[in-house]
Amino acid sequence: MQPLWDWFRWLNETTGINLTIFYDAFDRGRFAHGFLLTVELSVVCIVLSLVIGIVGAWVQGSRYRIARTIVHWYIQAFRNTPPLVQLYFFYFGLGSLLRGVTGPLVTNVMWAIVSLSFFAGAFNVEIFRSGIEAVPRTTVEAAESLGFSRLQTYLRIVFPLAFRISLPALNNNLVNLVKTTTLAYAIAVPEMLYVSSQIWSDELNVPVMMNVLLVAYFLLVGILVVLMNRWERAIHVPGFGA
Amino acid sequence: MNGLARERGRQAPYGRAVAAQANVSGANVKPDSGRAAGAKTAGDGRPIVELRDVHQAFGHLEVLKGITFSVPKGGVVCIIGPSGSGKSTLLRCINGLVPIRSGSIRVADFDVHELVTDREKIALRKEVSMVFQQYNLFPHRTALDNVMMAPIHVLNEPRDEVRERALALLAKVGLASKRDAYPGELSGGQQQRVAIARALAMRPEVMLFDEVTAALDPETVKEVLNTIRQLAREGMTCILVTHEMRFAREIADCVLFTDGGTIVESGPPAELFDRPQKERTRAFLSQIL
Repeated sequence: MQPLWDWFRWLNETTGINLTIFYDAFDRGRFAHGFLLTVELSVVCIVLSLVIGIVGAWVQGSRYRIARTIVHWYIQAFRNTPPLVQLYFFYFGLGSLLRGVTGPLVTNVMWAIVSLSFFAGAFNVEIFRSGIEAVPRTTVEAAESLGFSRLQTYLRIVFPLAFRISLPALNNNLVNLVKTTTLAYAIAVPEMLYVSSQIWSDELNVPVMMNVLLVAYFLLVGILVVLMNRWERAIHVPGFGA
Repeated sequence: MNGLARERGRQAPYGRAVAAQANVSGANVKPDSGRAAGAKTAGDGRPIVELRDVHQAFGHLEVLKGITFSVPKGGVVCIIGPSGSGKSTLLRCINGLVPIRSGSIRVADFDVHELVTDREKIALRKEVSMVFQQYNLFPHRTALDNVMMAPIHVLNEPRDEVRERALALLAKVGLASKRDAYPGELSGGQQQRVAIARALAMRPEVMLFDEVTAALDPETVKEVLNTIRQLAREGMTCILVTHEMRFAREIADCVLFTDGGTIVESGPPAELFDRPQKERTRAFLSQIL
């Protein structure tokens, strides 16, 4: 890789396009770590938010009013407040309060994961709920008449259908989630935006790093979109939906 | 109801004389009622479906106002009547999809009106299968999967065995070649026949048909009716809600004419269609025949 790094050094010397993240081993290391942390945050939050969405949507169909009410207010709380405020609330509010209990075990990264997962999860609940509501009542009735239990009906019939209906909207929300991981910057989580700001402060290459960030996120989200589209095609059922 | 009892030889794919006993345990048989599991046997004369003074209402809207009838094992009953007369609701009450207000419904060994928990209702639904107007196949599963799902997941039967039976059932409804097709790739008539195969895969004692040809075009109606006709000939107990009067006349042992939540008139098809006693029946039949 050395010739490549040397080329970037030459690029800087001749044009002033200063990509220290390539030719400087220290910057390269921290940028790579930031990039990986962003990927990690995204993947973990996507998985958790999906779990929250699926469970939440299931609970919303519950016969227990109290359970439905809790989910309802959870959604209201997280949909109607800015994600940055939520992040501050978790880290500085709840985090400080709980520090006596948890000690320093719960790091800012964990709070970011919790906060972002709940944020995206609230939207996922709504997305899955609309998908579930789009499954014809009569299809559910058919499953019931065949003796499926409520859980079986949900897992084998309702959810697989609702998921296919929900996928385009889910796509949007997950893309949003990946982009929202940048907010973790605010609580000093060393993800890609945070390390980039450190790099541009040290190297004074602000305009270059802005371009780097733009391209990096474009690629990252691009990969997610490609994967989601593939998935959408893979589970497409002939004659169902579009 | 004597003329109704038509003895037909029950053929193997649907017979489940043994299963009937196995299914009773844990279900809704009251231990003190003296209704032993073996009490229900083909030919003991006791009706397999029995409704007594069934009332049902949605809010203040009374849908069923005292329905009483019974069906012997192997009997075929057609329910006719204008829309909104509670025909579909009646079928849904019989397999416990809709709870009733008062009266009693007994199917095989189940007192349907007393089933409360999901588990009890599930036990009942192993005995009573239903086919719907809109087919209601599971669109994300192939025809074969649709037929196999319930026996595997509800009856917990081994997959290989179920698969064999499902293939036989698809062949029986003339769709062996469509086993890997998804519902969206099938015509309405084909979907409805898959739905019938799916219902039969549960080896039910009773089949309920809810206007199963109403959504079909006239040509495909025939293929579905042929399937039902074959079933009836083989001795399956069938309750059909239908607008196919000619079919009802041909296939039914007994026709019930319902209107406004009550049975206005009932009897063998020849009598009900040719010599209706009630004015309301005559008016209805004159509209459609």
